[in-house]
Amino acid sequence: MQDQEWALEHPQGPVAGVAPGGSVVVARGLTKAFDGRLAVRGIDLDVPQGGCFGFLGPNGAGKTTTLRMILGQSPPSSGTLSVFGLPVERSIREIRARTGVVPQADNADPDFTVAENLRMYARYFRLPRAVVAPRVRELLEFMELADRADDPIKSLSGGMKRRLTIARALINDPELIILDEPTTGLDPQVRRMIWNRLRQLGHAGKTLLLTTHYMDEAERLCDDLVVMDGGRIIAQGAPRALVEAHVEPYVVEIQGDAATLQRLLGSLPGVRLERVGETGYCYTASLAPVLERLGQVPGISHRHRPTTLEDVFLRITGHELREA
Amino acid sequence: MGASTPIAILPRPRGGAFIVWLRNLLVWRKLMVAGLFLAFGEPFVYLLGLGYGLGRFIGEVGGLPYLAFLASGLLASSAMNAASFEGMYSVFTRMTHQQTYDAILATPLSVDDIVAGEMLWCATKSVIVTLPILVVAALLGAVAGPAAVLAVPVFFLIGLCFAGPAMLMAALAPSYDFFNYYVTLLITPMFIFSGVFYPVTTLPGFAQALVQLLPLSHAVGLVRPLVAGSAPADAGLHLVVLLGYAAAGYLASTWFIRRRLVR
Repeated sequence: MQDQEWALEHPQGPVAGVAPGGSVVVARGLTKAFDGRLAVRGIDLDVPQGGCFGFLGPNGAGKTTTLRMILGQSPPSSGTLSVFGLPVERSIREIRARTGVVPQADNADPDFTVAENLRMYARYFRLPRAVVAPRVRELLEFMELADRADDPIKSLSGGMKRRLTIARALINDPELIILDEPTTGLDPQVRRMIWNRLRQLGHAGKTLLLTTHYMDEAERLCDDLVVMDGGRIIAQGAPRALVEAHVEPYVVEIQGDAATLQRLLGSLPGVRLERVGETGYCYTASLAPVLERLGQVPGISHRHRPTTLEDVFLRITGHELREA
Repeated sequence: MGASTPIAILPRPRGGAFIVWLRNLLVWRKLMVAGLFLAFGEPFVYLLGLGYGLGRFIGEVGGLPYLAFLASGLLASSAMNAASFEGMYSVFTRMTHQQTYDAILATPLSVDDIVAGEMLWCATKSVIVTLPILVVAALLGAVAGPAAVLAVPVFFLIGLCFAGPAMLMAALAPSYDFFNYYVTLLITPMFIFSGVFYPVTTLPGFAQALVQLLPLSHAVGLVRPLVAGSAPADAGLHLVVLLGYAAAGYLASTWFIRRRLVR
């Protein structure tokens, strides 16, 4: 535990128990049942070392349950699970000592100030005093909380609380950082700031594992991700590769009745029509012919954009991610 | 890895328990000064009002001036209340609303560390609450002599004894209202019937037997003679009952808090 300088200046070295290029988290047939209901249905995972790995899916897809199993907070019903090459059911103390956690709900200790929260958390990890003081300072700087160090938790905004939770997760200089919906409910500036910091951590060689139901978050942050729905992994890969593999490059979203759209666009080659509620989705490799035909009908409202993971999700599951 | 959670294996706390205890001590220290007035003020009101007031009519009870009789009873029942309320309301708050335990369970500490640490803290709280009462009682002449400090470890034991059942209630509680049942059905009757205000021997025979099954009468049985400057009779029995409740409560609360936090 010598050389406890903050890891941003000292990129993450080799991770004990993991061969170079190996997987930090490995799961096989991982299953979790609650009262007979299957929350996670036999998933396999290989989370590579370094960079950001995402779990994307709607609420109830099994993302948080999977994270809880990885943290030893929820014993799997069946299957195997190891972190840093260590079995979770036997080595959870060592795994947690090397992991940082940002839970879905901020749970900073309301009886302590910002800095006291970090110092108390350091005690749970039994970090030596000489290490803690400089690290608390650096983390408060890193998360832009230095001027709030001595403030009580209840005086913080939602964004500040979130930043404190992230700073707290870094107090033990973790090799693996687990974030459960890190930016849910935050305003755009704070989201951007947090994304920047997470990217910095990824570049420093940390392994980030995050859940999200935000497409843009997954596309911006994740080098690799799994798409979950109903307790299963339904797709896996790099965000761009998933989009290229599963959907056409463009989509036109159209407000209009199904019959009209079918008549108007159904005959165009290479065009695929989908429908969710009132909205029609026209997937295509070439926009021009679609827009030209839509232009012939006055008063039809439409907008076009490049396809995203949202479209991948819709394609694979038949329902929208945000409404599932 | 089986489908069943290993809930019913024996608790295996480690040194992390002391860090949980330290967390609570640090929080308490922040609020200490504000609580100091109450800590000394309340026993003054009770002991002066009831001890002197009623004492004029009652005179001696069980061979003691009523003020001394009452003071020793209130010491034991205050130790009970402190641990019970800490074990129910505070533990429940940290387990649910504040999610303090969720945060701790992302560190190398375990549920067993948390339960053991909380139990130690509940007992510490019993000592913290009773010490000012002991000082006030001494100032009012209700304490026989310096040997009364022997009662301090007993306050700690009383805390352990009531912490376990209280934490079990916290583990089972769906909301704060749940604690009203425990307080109304067990804590308050014990407070009234266990020899705090009058000797248990005044009760009818069957009621005496019933009271003997509950821990507070044994707590009073130890504290009263120690404060009055004599050796407790049946000390072994009293200790066994208090330790028995402490051990059973510790096991049960560990099992049920595991079930609540690890699922």
